[in-house]
Amino acid sequence: MNTAALPRWVVAVAVVGGLFLVLPLVAMALRVDWPRFVPLVTSDSARAALLLSLRTSLSATAVCVVVGVPMALVLARTSFRGQRLVRSLVLLPLVLPPVVGGIALLYTFGRRGLLGSSFSALGIDIAFSTTAVVMSQAFVALPFLVLSLEGALRSVGTRYEAVGATLGAGRWTVLRRITLPLVLPGLVSGAVLSFARALGEFGATLTFAGSLEGTTRTLPLEIYLQRETDPDAAVALSLILVVVAIAVVGVAHRVRPLDRLAVTAAGTPRRRAPEAVR
Amino acid sequence: MTRNGRTRNSCHLVLTAIGVVVLTATGCGAGEPGAAGSGGQADAVDGSITVFAAASLKETFTELAERFEDEYPGTDVTLNFAGSSDLVTQIIEGAPADVLASADTRTMGKLADDGLLAGPAVDLATNILQLAVPPDNPAGIATLADAARSGVKTVVCAAQVPCGTAAAAVEEAAGVDLTPVSEESSVTDVIGKVTSGEADVGLVYVTDVLAAGDAVLGINFPESSSVVNTYPIASLADSGEAATAQAFVDLVTGDEGTAVLQAAGFGAP
Repeated sequence: MNTAALPRWVVAVAVVGGLFLVLPLVAMALRVDWPRFVPLVTSDSARAALLLSLRTSLSATAVCVVVGVPMALVLARTSFRGQRLVRSLVLLPLVLPPVVGGIALLYTFGRRGLLGSSFSALGIDIAFSTTAVVMSQAFVALPFLVLSLEGALRSVGTRYEAVGATLGAGRWTVLRRITLPLVLPGLVSGAVLSFARALGEFGATLTFAGSLEGTTRTLPLEIYLQRETDPDAAVALSLILVVVAIAVVGVAHRVRPLDRLAVTAAGTPRRRAPEAVR
Repeated sequence: MTRNGRTRNSCHLVLTAIGVVVLTATGCGAGEPGAAGSGGQADAVDGSITVFAAASLKETFTELAERFEDEYPGTDVTLNFAGSSDLVTQIIEGAPADVLASADTRTMGKLADDGLLAGPAVDLATNILQLAVPPDNPAGIATLADAARSGVKTVVCAAQVPCGTAAAAVEEAAGVDLTPVSEESSVTDVIGKVTSGEADVGLVYVTDVLAAGDAVLGINFPESSSVVNTYPIASLADSGEAATAQAFVDLVTGDEGTAVLQAAGFGAP
């Protein structure tokens, strides 16, 4: 550890901050009832919740990719009046309390919501369905994908795209053969982060989708409920989510190392073209 | 670890940092039990008490706490409302509370088993279930059996929370088998689904329907009287203000408290 460049108190405060983040996880791991761990996390309700969580989070990630890639492209490659405002609005779910997102979704897609009554007329009922869970998750996870991908798009710049266009490639070819391969690492890490956010979604799901085993009760909701009667089960399930989260963060960093994120943040649009475009 | 001076220095920094955190943490934690142990002025009804109460007691206890402070000048009541299971967990984990009013006897029983109560718990009030529907009652609910009809979106509390335990008992007593679209973890969430019109009917307590005002319509059903939920209250063993805590329990369980609770829809214990 080389701390020569920094005043010691800075390092000390940083260490305290680090402990503040890590100590609660250690404390939780210490409370796990290990002899009962396997039965606790493999109970019927726990398995149903875990499977539902994985299924809905994957669906939500797919929605984020399908909708988020065009959004990031529009934000990074076009300019129009009010673009900054649009970007702020897109990022809003990042800072909004999820329960507020749930209320907003309810008033939009609920049975008596802005669009809900039209959906009801078409025979589509979103309330209390797994669809509502996916929508809640996609709502809170989408900004992660847009943010990651827009950053990647800006950092690779438009040089290769311009060259491709002058060589006669159409817009779709440029997008498919140059732009998307260039930003693939950013897209993957954005998708992984979106998946992680979707997996942890709680407030919007509780408010908008309800809670029923196998249909809408995802792992975080199951943890919240188990805590009422069986805190040991809640702790065991929490540990599962922590392990998944650590794995996800690991994958995201492997795809897109921290130092490259720093370059993106500094806005240096210089990077070697990957193999894919050669 | 002691290969060179720099490593030792950074280790020292880390240890100091941990020390600061630990000392601060224990300093905070030790305050309350210490005060409780000294107990010099514990006989006088004054000072500050913290009352933990079930979420459904929010309106009534807020009013009763104000009355208590008026009647006993020099006292200060801090209220903390949450689900009964949450409150019990907090107290077991060492949260500083002087009085607990819980929404069912089971959660209070946990504290009694752990020896955390100053004395036996006293019954405070009772509550029964009611059907809550949106004001326009779109599904035309009139009886408990209507809530079990197919196509009716019924929301109840999950069996893990007191209102869900009561709902399951009422179903059994009435011989009705509900197939809810959602099993919420709190009464508030059930009421929320009804007021927003997402659900056609919810099974909650009479007092919750009254507290929700015009946003929901309450429908009585005869089977509700078969399951009566009792709210117990007790002062806690670790209280540093035992006399004040007991005075608060006495006020709430006395005539004045009963009047306030019954105005909110609670039944006599």
